[in-house]
Amino acid sequence: MIAEFGHFALLLAFAVAIYQMIVPMIGASKGWLGWMDSARPAALAQFGLTALSFAALTVAFVTSDFSLKLVYENSHTAKPMIYKISGVWGNHEGSMLLWVLILALFGAAAAAIGGNLPPTLRARVLAVQASIGAAFYAFIIFTSNPFLRLQTPPFDGRDLNPLLQDPGLAFHPPFLYLGYVGLSMAFSFAIAALIEGRVDAAWARWVRPWTLAAWLFLTIGIALGSWWAYYELGWGGFWFWDPVENASFMPWLLAAALLHSAIVVEKREALKSWTILLAIMAFGFSMIGTFIVRSGVITSVHSFASDPARGVFILGILAVFTGGGLTLYAARAGEMTAKGVFQPVSREGALVLNNVLLAVSAFVVFVGTMWPLFAELMWDRKLSVGPPFFNKAFTPFMIVLAVALPFGAIMPWKRAVLSRSLRPLRMPLLLTAAAMLLIYAVSTGRSAIAVIGAGLGVWLILGSAADLVHRTGNSGLSRLWRLPRADWGKAVAHAGLGVTFIGVGLLTAWQTEDIRVARIDQPFEVSGYQITLRAVDEVQGPNYVSTMARMDVARHGRTVATLFPEKRVYPVQAMPTTEAAINNGIFRDIYLVIGDAQAGGGWAVRSYVKPFANWIWLGCILMALGGLISLSDRRYRVAAGARRAPVKAVPAE
Amino acid sequence: MKRLALILTLLMTMPMSVLAVQPDEVLSDAGLEARARQISQKLRCPVCQGENIDESNAAISRDLRLYVRERLVEGDDNDEVIDAVVDRFGEFVLFEPRATGGNVILWLAGPLMALIALIVAWRFMRNRAQVVSPRAQLTEDEQKRLDELMRD
Repeated sequence: MIAEFGHFALLLAFAVAIYQMIVPMIGASKGWLGWMDSARPAALAQFGLTALSFAALTVAFVTSDFSLKLVYENSHTAKPMIYKISGVWGNHEGSMLLWVLILALFGAAAAAIGGNLPPTLRARVLAVQASIGAAFYAFIIFTSNPFLRLQTPPFDGRDLNPLLQDPGLAFHPPFLYLGYVGLSMAFSFAIAALIEGRVDAAWARWVRPWTLAAWLFLTIGIALGSWWAYYELGWGGFWFWDPVENASFMPWLLAAALLHSAIVVEKREALKSWTILLAIMAFGFSMIGTFIVRSGVITSVHSFASDPARGVFILGILAVFTGGGLTLYAARAGEMTAKGVFQPVSREGALVLNNVLLAVSAFVVFVGTMWPLFAELMWDRKLSVGPPFFNKAFTPFMIVLAVALPFGAIMPWKRAVLSRSLRPLRMPLLLTAAAMLLIYAVSTGRSAIAVIGAGLGVWLILGSAADLVHRTGNSGLSRLWRLPRADWGKAVAHAGLGVTFIGVGLLTAWQTEDIRVARIDQPFEVSGYQITLRAVDEVQGPNYVSTMARMDVARHGRTVATLFPEKRVYPVQAMPTTEAAINNGIFRDIYLVIGDAQAGGGWAVRSYVKPFANWIWLGCILMALGGLISLSDRRYRVAAGARRAPVKAVPAE
Repeated sequence: MKRLALILTLLMTMPMSVLAVQPDEVLSDAGLEARARQISQKLRCPVCQGENIDESNAAISRDLRLYVRERLVEGDDNDEVIDAVVDRFGEFVLFEPRATGGNVILWLAGPLMALIALIVAWRFMRNRAQVVSPRAQLTEDEQKRLDELMRD
């Protein structure tokens, strides 16, 4: 009964979305206020209905209602409760339902807090948002209905893929979707602005928080996925340039570009048409990401549900929205007249460089990801594009970005004098050089990755600090706390990028690995740590059987940690997983993996010492935190867009 | 076909261990072993979904890892080993595609795009900067008048 209720709510939501995409749009062009304003209750109703539908599916999973095909295929009575809930979106149908739920949530949020938007803009934004919704409701209802019943309900389900039964991965998809779908708001605003033929600072002030929020969620989502890969896949890699990872990374890069270019529109009324184009592209790439994951055109470790028919449907949605958006852009972009003027050497110029680097690096990821498909279509060549390519083709852009970032961040608007902008950065430059020398000295004979990666990281952190100090002017450090939150957000996010650089650089260069047959109570040494295998036991988990080892780690005779690496077998899916045991530290992780019993006695064991590993995710947290601080800036809290803000005074230097 | 590949993958990975490189594969010569690892990370497991043979648990990956080590012990250099594997399995196993034929476009796409973007951005910024100069907004007569005034 509850499932049918959810099914019906979903159909109603589809109907409301169709209403919401047509009526307010007509109202806006005819100037009928009643028609326009009906978008707001429609958006709220659409969200309410989708939420009911999602709740119904969640109830089915929580109560293990195996008469639903989806629940039977992805759940099991013995599964812990948290994974019964995360199982709702741990499959194709449920995850698409989550996708439209978040889409409706964003639409409802825009309707609820958009009271002071111009009525025509609000009506058009909500109508465009609803049209995206309608397309995905149709996709769900016609190709991926989660509410299908089974004729004869089985006694128990087939369980969720064990790899997905993990805290990191349980919350990875919702965050990614918040990011992907958040970009749909930027898209809707861009399309609405193109229809209106008007882009100004107030518009940018509306788009920026949505983009910032989307980017922040994408950052968290990607970091969760990467962290999961680190501890779950058993060799401690953190990024694989897998097509599905790239699918989330491209929108992230473009969202980062968009939130920077929107600053220029907001403060200086320049780069308008480029910002519109970026907004269309960023959401376009979110949908390309969905297409890559859902269609299975590009094989990947992660794609748990792929189906050509669904792929074609999503390709259609992608073509209509991106193609339509770009066509509209081509027709109307000429009407966006820029107002602000600036010299190439200025904050605006630096942000243009930022956009060039981020957009081109997203392009490199795109070409690399799609190349195997393209080569097969064009020349019938079956080839692969993997990490070695991306490391070579992508990294140079990030190096240039990191070198340029502190210079650009400290420059004044309109016109900068390079020598003056350099002055506050002299100290950071000197200290960075010292840090690079130090890293070079302790890592002789090893690759340049440590020196460049960590050196640039130090440069980014010190540069951000210098920027903050510089902003206090002559009034001393006591003003630091009274700086606008936007300044703090910027500094924290940029420093976070630096922390991630340090983590990636030092982990890649300094990691040590040991593979051996370990015998019980016979210690062995890995970069200064004595590791001893004490025991290996069979342990019964709630829905798996585990081979659990107990291993002591000591340094200079003092015990550092006792770790329990496991390998599990989930009998329902007959699938093994590794659960590495990690001793987390600020400066190093100790990472142990247990393998098979060996014929001659003993166990295969892999041990790693991974320096600065946690800095990678710490940096991501800082980036997201920076976004959050920036989002709480006064100018967004005080009636955003209600009146044209006075242009912020530009320092006289 | 895809389903078959999936079934094959499952069959090959399931009964195997959860460790990729096994202790018995490791060469005693640390230098050769390091080179073997380096090569393994560039070669794609032919039956898995996007894993290199160094990380993969599939049986064929183990065979390939052993083969790579065998060749290294016999004195081949890195390129010869990779060539030998490519001869057998095709360029599909290369994670770093060779810059031959159409692949040149792949390698040049990034740098070319960067160049074009920089040129476009630079010309755009020159335009934005020129608007600022008040001279551009003066008509010819005004300019003449200004020059006269300046001369005095």
